[in-house]
Amino acid sequence: MYTVKRKTLKMQLRWSINAVLICALFLALNLLTQNVLSTYQNKVLLLVGINMILAVSLNVATGYLGQLPLGHAGFMAVGAYTCALFTKYSPLPENLNGLSFALGLFLGAVMAGVFGILIGIPALRLTGDYLAILTLGFGEIIRITLNNIDDVLGFDLFYGSRGLKNIPKYSNYWTVFLCVVITCFAIHAMMKSRHGRAVLAIRDNEIAAESCGIQTTYYKVMAFSFSAAFAGLAGGLYACYLGVLDPGSFGFMKSIEILVMVVLGGMGSMLGSILSAGVLTILPEALRSFADYRMVIYSLVLVLMMIFRPGGLLGSYDFSLSRIIEKAMNWKSTGKEGADQ
Amino acid sequence: MAETMLNVDKINVYYGNIHAIKDISFHVDKGEIVTLIGANGAGKSTTLKTISGLLHPKTGEISFCGKNIRGMRAHKIVESGLAQVPEGRRVFLHMSVEENLEMGGFTQPAASIAPNMEKVYDLFPRLRERRRQMAGTLSGGEQQMLAMGRALMSGANMLMLDEPSMGLSPLLVQEIFQIIRDVHKQGMTILLVEQNAQMALSIADRAYVLETGRIVMEGTGKELLTNEEVSKAYLGG
Repeated sequence: MYTVKRKTLKMQLRWSINAVLICALFLALNLLTQNVLSTYQNKVLLLVGINMILAVSLNVATGYLGQLPLGHAGFMAVGAYTCALFTKYSPLPENLNGLSFALGLFLGAVMAGVFGILIGIPALRLTGDYLAILTLGFGEIIRITLNNIDDVLGFDLFYGSRGLKNIPKYSNYWTVFLCVVITCFAIHAMMKSRHGRAVLAIRDNEIAAESCGIQTTYYKVMAFSFSAAFAGLAGGLYACYLGVLDPGSFGFMKSIEILVMVVLGGMGSMLGSILSAGVLTILPEALRSFADYRMVIYSLVLVLMMIFRPGGLLGSYDFSLSRIIEKAMNWKSTGKEGADQ
Repeated sequence: MAETMLNVDKINVYYGNIHAIKDISFHVDKGEIVTLIGANGAGKSTTLKTISGLLHPKTGEISFCGKNIRGMRAHKIVESGLAQVPEGRRVFLHMSVEENLEMGGFTQPAASIAPNMEKVYDLFPRLRERRRQMAGTLSGGEQQMLAMGRALMSGANMLMLDEPSMGLSPLLVQEIFQIIRDVHKQGMTILLVEQNAQMALSIADRAYVLETGRIVMEGTGKELLTNEEVSKAYLGG
């Protein structure tokens, strides 16, 4: 036999290790938010979480699918407005606010996913620059539509550029935390499945993937709308975090901002996206005391990063605790195993 | 008479305004090795791409095992048992050898992947040695073997090979053709497109000669090998 028997962790054990760690992280952050951080710092922390979801979701389309969509803010807007309108005019009674928030987030994600399918079908016929321009256009269409839809159709629902106000502020520390965990878990599970493998194969070589019998169009649209749906989730959290929505905040620059996080973290690395979303959200805030110089420093960091680490913070490395533990276990017992063979 | 496996009837293929394939008809019987030879730009690869569904003919019919496959999507054609090894060894460079082979079995039930993989490893022992290696780090010959192995994973009963000898050393070309013979002996029907006419004709049961999008000659491999016109044009003498 050619296979060397390797010690592996059981699936249940991996799951429980990860679950325990997530709970520990939650409690640690909980203590931090309640005792150490100021209200302002807590607000920044929520924004970090929302940006993490955005970066990780965009990473599906850029890192894993290998395309360059520039309309991510558009999907975020769809989710944000859907969630905001649902929670604002929620038919549910007052004491079911939590449920209405959850439903709002869910609907926001679904709606963004549907838009992802609608836009993905024509857009994904193109690649490279053309796809970037097309998605940029779609993102702008969404923003401009939100700006003008009330005037054109004659109702008072979106409030255009005056901004949608009085959205209930349901987003808090633990809902954002939960959503980040759900997003990372869902995307991780998807990418490790047979469908995720198909997506990676398409990125690697589309013609070869097709000759393996992979339905390339189907999987491309699936990954794209998956990415859009989680942007919608982040949008919903954002709406209920800010309490006010203005279409102008979902412009082209927002899409670029998210893209910068992904590129800086390393395309195709989930941990990279998470870390760089954190760094790039906190950095401009932390530099506020430098007033005029803060954007200079921010852009300098970006330029230096691209010069010295063009592959991103982590390249395409992805973190797996179980793998590290397994490696350690195998390393300790290599000598013994050699004797067994 | 042997059963016809693939039948191509008067197909015409265009790239925009360019008429690349003009009224080509040919057939491949079950258990045969048939080769299409011709110079650069004669339309060999275009013909293969059309059969495998990557291009669509303007007119004409293509049928496989009696079923019309013209206009079918590429992945459906693979599912129906006609696998293609694309030109230029298109393997998944960032995946390991084993993962490449798993992708080849994408349309197959999960249970059949392991036994199919064993068969491929028996055919290509070199791949077994390198099963955990990234495909991008393999040599050209090994990548060609991997591309063939991956196509075999799809459980196909007919294999189309597009220029398997391209860019390989003469020794490796020998080896690849020996493998094609082995695969054929195990009952595989093969359609082979080659520039290396000498090698292709020597293993083919029948052959067609393509010139600027038309079939200009056909015959058994032996006939064409000794044919004066063919040997002048393609065999260098």
